[in-house]
This record gives sequence, C-alpha cells and structure tokens, in this order.
Amino acid sequence: MLSVRNLAVGFQTRRGFVSAVRKLDLSLDKGEILGIVGESGSGKSVSSYALLRVLDAGGSITAGEIHYSGMDLRAISEKDMRDIRGREISMIFQNPRAALNPIRTVGSQIEDVLRRHAQASSQNAREKAIEALQAVKINDAEKRYHAYPFELSGGMCQRVVIAIALACNPQLLIADEPTTGLDITTQKAVMDLVRDLIRERGMSSILITHDLGLAAQYCDRIMVMKDGEIVEQGEPTSLFSQPSHRYTRKLVDATPREGDSIRALLPPEARTPEPARSLSTDILLDVQDLTKTYQGKSGPVQAVKGISLQIAKGQSVGLVGESGSGKSTTAEMLVRLLDPSSGSIVFNGQDIAGIAADDFARHPLRSDIQMVFQDATDSLNPRHTARQTLAEPLKRLGRLRKRELGSRIEELADLVGLPNHLLNRFPHQLSGGQKARVGIARAIALEPSLLILDEPTAALDVSIQAVVLNLLVDLRARLGMSYLFVSHDLHVVRLLCDHVVVMKGGEIVESADADSLMSNPQHPYTRELLSAAPSPPERRISARV
Amino acid sequence: MNQSTPPTALDESVLSEAQSASNDTGFGAHLLYVLRANPVTLLAFVLFLLIVACALFGHALAPYDPLATSAGDALQPPSAQHWFGTDSVGRDVFSRVLVATRLDLSISIAAVALSFVIGSILGGIAGFWGGWLDSVLNRILDTIMAFPLFVLAMGIVAALGNTIENIIYATAIINIPFYARLVRAEVNIRRDAGFVRAARLAGNSKLRVLVIHIFPNALPPMMVQVSLNMGWAILNAAGLSFIGLGVRPPTPEWGIMVAEGANFIVSGEWWLAVFPGLWLMIAVFTFNLLGDGLRDMVDPRKRT
Repeated sequence: MLSVRNLAVGFQTRRGFVSAVRKLDLSLDKGEILGIVGESGSGKSVSSYALLRVLDAGGSITAGEIHYSGMDLRAISEKDMRDIRGREISMIFQNPRAALNPIRTVGSQIEDVLRRHAQASSQNAREKAIEALQAVKINDAEKRYHAYPFELSGGMCQRVVIAIALACNPQLLIADEPTTGLDITTQKAVMDLVRDLIRERGMSSILITHDLGLAAQYCDRIMVMKDGEIVEQGEPTSLFSQPSHRYTRKLVDATPREGDSIRALLPPEARTPEPARSLSTDILLDVQDLTKTYQGKSGPVQAVKGISLQIAKGQSVGLVGESGSGKSTTAEMLVRLLDPSSGSIVFNGQDIAGIAADDFARHPLRSDIQMVFQDATDSLNPRHTARQTLAEPLKRLGRLRKRELGSRIEELADLVGLPNHLLNRFPHQLSGGQKARVGIARAIALEPSLLILDEPTAALDVSIQAVVLNLLVDLRARLGMSYLFVSHDLHVVRLLCDHVVVMKGGEIVESADADSLMSNPQHPYTRELLSAAPSPPERRISARV
Repeated sequence: MNQSTPPTALDESVLSEAQSASNDTGFGAHLLYVLRANPVTLLAFVLFLLIVACALFGHALAPYDPLATSAGDALQPPSAQHWFGTDSVGRDVFSRVLVATRLDLSISIAAVALSFVIGSILGGIAGFWGGWLDSVLNRILDTIMAFPLFVLAMGIVAALGNTIENIIYATAIINIPFYARLVRAEVNIRRDAGFVRAARLAGNSKLRVLVIHIFPNALPPMMVQVSLNMGWAILNAAGLSFIGLGVRPPTPEWGIMVAEGANFIVSGEWWLAVFPGLWLMIAVFTFNLLGDGLRDMVDPRKRT
C-alpha cells in the first residue's frame, strides 16, 4: 500500500546542509501496524512529515521515491496532496492541545475537515461530527461538540484529535508519539482505542514512538531508527528476544521491565556491581497530616488532603501518582518552596513546616534539602552557562571563594559524568542528558541529606534515562543521601526505591515496601497503574545479569 | 548495518559532543555572524556608527562655527562652500546639522535610559509580586497611556519649564508604560519557571532571583523596544522644539531648524528645512532598523 524507497531528507541550517534521514526503505501492507522506534534526533518524525510533504521550513526531500496506492507522492501537485492529507493519509500529533485551535469548539474543528473533503454538507455536518466524537468513545458527545479544547482533559483532547484524523475514513493513520505527556492509564485507554479503530476499519498505521515497550505491545512490525537510518526491523517478539544490532540491544536493555535490576538497564559492558549502601533506621524526614488548600474561583480546592510519610536516613522513597494526584504539590512543600496549609514537616528533629518558604531560602537547613526538577531545560537559566549554574548554590549557600569554586565545579561535573569542556556552554548548546546532569550536579553541590527528584527522567530518552537512573544510584551510595523520587511510572520507581507511596486525588492510597507493592498490590488503583504500563516481551535469558 | 557506535554508558554525551564541537563561539564571532547574515542590520550598524561619530566629533568636523552669522552669505543655496546652503542670517546649515547630532542624541539616550530603568523596576515589581501592587501600577500606566502622548509631553514641558532636562523627563515619562508592560509580561511568564525555583533552592532571596535570574531574560525583547524608542525619542525632542517648547534658538537642533526653515519653503529656500529633516529621518530610520539586530546579539540562544 505504501512503499518508500531510498528516501533522504535534509535541512538547510546556519551550519550548512544537515541530513536528517538517509536511505529510508519502508513498506506497509494493508491492515498492518508498523512501529518506528527511535530516540530524539533519530529522524523518525521527520520521515513521517516527509511522507505527507509537511516538512518545516528549510527541509526538503533530496532523494528517493514514495508510492502510495500507485501514486507517486513526490511527483503529484500540492493541490492533489491537500486532498490526500486527511482523506487518504492522516496524522495524530504529539501534543493534542497544540494540535487543536484553542479558540474554536471541537465540533466546528471536526466539521472543517469533513467539509474540506466534501464528506459532509452544511446540513449534516453537525450530525457527522457528533458521530465522529462518538466513534472515539467520548461520553456525552452532543455536549462535548460545543466544548473548547481548554475545557477538556489531555486524554479527551487526544481523542478529539483522533476523531479529526479519522473523520474522513483515511486508509493510513500516522500517529506521532500520540501518548507522550498523557498519564499512564490514559495512555492505555487512548492506545487501545486507536488499535481497535484501526482494526475495525481495516486501516494501516504507522506508530512513531520512543517507547519500545509501547511499540511492542501495539505493532505488528517494528523498525528501529538511529541517526536518520533504519538499523533493524522485525516482529516485536523476535526483536526483543534476539536484537541483532547493538543499538537495538541497548534500547531493549534500557526499557525497564519487571524483575530486572537497575544495572540491567545498561549495556552489559557497563554493568558494574551495584554499590553497597547502609540503611539506617533513624528517621530523617517525618511528615504528618500535611495539607494544601488553594483558593480557587469556585471555593477552596484541596490539592493535598492530609498525608503522612517517613523517610529514614539513606532510604529512598518513591512517590507515585498521575497528574492531579498532588504529588508535585507535596514535593514542593517538602522542599519548602510552597507553604503547607497545615501539618508538620519534621526534618532531623526540627519542624520546618512553620518557616515561611520565603525565609527558608536563607535558613541553615536550605542546603540540606535540594531538588532535581522535572524538565531539565526549563530548570536551567537560558542566560547562564553550566558553570554559572553550578556556581550559584556554591556561592550563595556554600560560601566558596573563587579558587575553591572552580575546582569544586569541576569535581561536581566529574561526579555526574559531564565533560569539563561542556561547562562553558549555555543550556541550548547541551543535549537533554547533559542538561539533566547539570541539574543533578547543581542539586548535589551542597551535599544535601535529602534529595527530592521530581520526575527527573520524564523528558529523557530511555537509554539516557537508564544512564541517569544508574548515576543516581551511584551518587546515593557515595554521598549517603536519602531520595524522595516523584514519578508517574511505577516500573522506574521500583528500580530506585526501597519504599513506595501511591497517591491519588491528594491522598495516599497505598504505602508499602517496593517489592511487596509490585508483587502484591493491595489497592485497586495501584493494580490499575501496574497493568496500564506497557509490558515489553521477555528478553532472551542470557541478557539478564 | 551501521555498527560504529561505541557501546559505553556515556556514549550519549560523547556523541553530542562530537556534534556540537564547533559550538563554542564567542560573542565576537556571533556579532560577525549576525551582521553577515542580515545586510539590513549591517546597514543599520554602519549608519549608527556614523551618527555616533557625528555626535562625538561633530564640533571638530564642522567646517564653520554653527553660531557664526554672516549677513553677506544669507540664504545661499547648497554649493561647494556650503553643502547644505546657509540660513537667513548666513549660518552654515551643514555645520549646524552636524553639531546638532550630539544634542539630539543625548536627549534621546538620556530619556530612553531613564524610562528603561524606571519601567524595568515598575514592570519587574508588578510582574513578580502581582496582586494589588500589579493592579495599582497597571492602572497608573493605563492613565498615562490614555493621553495623546505628545500632548502629554507638551503639557509636562509647559508646566515644568522650557529646559533640556524637562524635555528629557517628559520624553521619559511618556515612554515608561511601554517598558513597564513589556517587562511585566516577560517577568510574569518566568515567575514559576524551573530555573527560578532552582535559584531559590540555591539560597537566593526573591529580590535577587528577580534581578539576577529573571530580568536578564527579558533583555532581548527590551532591546527591540529600546531601539525603536530611540528613534521615537529623537522625533519627540525635535517635535517639542519644532513647536517652540524645548531647545531655544540659536542652539542648533534639528526640530528648531525644520521649524525655522519651514517659513522659507514658500519662497523657494527649500534647503533650510529639507536637510535637517532628512538627517532626522535617517537617524530615526537607523534606530528602527537596529532593533532586530540588537535582539539577536543579546540573546545567547541565537549563538548556536
């Protein structure tokens, strides 16, 4: 149905011509779901944009053929191409909120597509739009027809985007990271829906994702891309059990799965023994009945409803929950950036809940509680070099002199594996993994006894996530820190934490030892979280350590 | 298949190191790039340097004394001796235009600097702390903007007195709202950014966070505003002098020269108004062109 031969795509940039995709061969049969897996910069999205001829400015197809149902997509006119987009081939984008027009109702946006491709007249457009909404299982479609995107949740918005993509019954659906940014339970619901609709309508599909586990679960065939080239392809099970290319093996290893140790995420050559660490029973942090109430427009909103937890010295506790569970609010209160409404936070025997967040900046305990932020890009000042960023806490709280400062910064960079010459770069000149390292180095600069990690790997590629998680394990053993690891992903939390706390709707629903929580979850919500995570197929036994 | 990647745990950083090895360019190289990539910016910078040179060395370069009258040479058309002709009392128009550059530029730089500083402080406070402070400041700025700005400037100069300082104050006051609003918006969107929270974890007080961490990030759009405003301030100062508020004759100033020259256009002595007007236009035009180039220069993200 679709065949791509020898496709090459490049971009004209300030540094000259950059090749993004090289020698891409791809064929897709009717009814097949093909997964394209790769990390950021692998060219996976660019290839799909090239298929639809919607490349960004400066991008062009430099070689190759694209044939779709007998048509040469490179040769046909832009007018014909417009007819094909949406009616024959359509696309689901990464960020559903950005893909929808914020000032128009979702109903009118669906009608647009229908009318554009003459699938509906002005009489029955509304009816057909509602049908399209019903097809993606939106409850109360009649009412949602009048909703604006901001009134809908992220998962709901993605359903609307899918409804728009499928409104004209296309034959081929390209889904570009359709569930990035969605909660894990929503991800499952959306992916199940997409799969069912594709099967029902006999469509073909290309699923582009960075998540090998997700691709394995939903695709018939997987292609692995790296640096603009396909390095390997095959069926999910065989790809997982016998990855032949080194890069695929690395990806397979880096995908967290049940039962493996944290070192198993790394390539076999890099698996050093896990460092020993001493757990003590002394309580470092004791939180009692912590609440946070915001004044909303329609009365007070309770974001955190009285939670209690303890962290022992050297212990790592995972705080797991989906968006809106109050886990980030809790983390902000514990790191004392936010004042709790009530409750106590006893740190090393001293209640710090009563100290205003503004005053805590100069409190002697400030250097003892530090945080690694979720989005490494957002957490670095765009106008400061890595060196300036690392110097900040050392100068303000560490009171280091100039000479000591330089050597301490280099020491920190070594500790997190950041090459010294990168210290003079600005954040935009660093890769995602390097930015994460700078963020971690800054947080550990003052050797805190408690480090709060707010989804530190959420924005990273899996292979970099594997490296960063292992770095955190090493640092913990070396500096004897306690961790509070905030995440939405139980499989990642399990790797790093001794104890796991599950939050939902501002309350703790389950709190247990990490192993027992994973093997024997008590609360239905914990079970739901565990089952929603994509489960990659088994690897060959020899890959285990 | 490609098997060339070294399989170390750190290869991610090694790889991008190789890719971005040529990234370490300094400010000088960046400046050259901006100028080369954009010929309009280059033109603007050449003109800008020319204007600055006139302001600095105008007095020395002027072929005649700008104040010296010579009844015999009155109302001469442009010639080899008097490039821009002479005025009704025989003063050399070219010398006067050249010498006036320093005064006009000083007025506009002082006015823009003043409104930049005051606007940044007000906008920073309003954007960072929000609440009632924000509301009160916004309403005051709205009030200023509700007046026709030139009329407001006229009123201020008329009330305070006809001096160069008062022209500067008046021009500054009518420009403050633009800076304050811009800074407020830029600060407001970064108030809860990750790097701001990280700065507080590093022990910075709120004021320090605002001044050291947030404010510099507002500079790129501010530069566009500064440069547009410079042109506008020159125009404003000249406008005030044109209607007789501000610089007094016989001091050479573009606005007065245009005003004086306007009387002679009817009788055919066009050079008296046209040359100062043209000079004024080029100055304003230069600053308007300069904006985008300046923004590209102060933004480290453009330095890739």
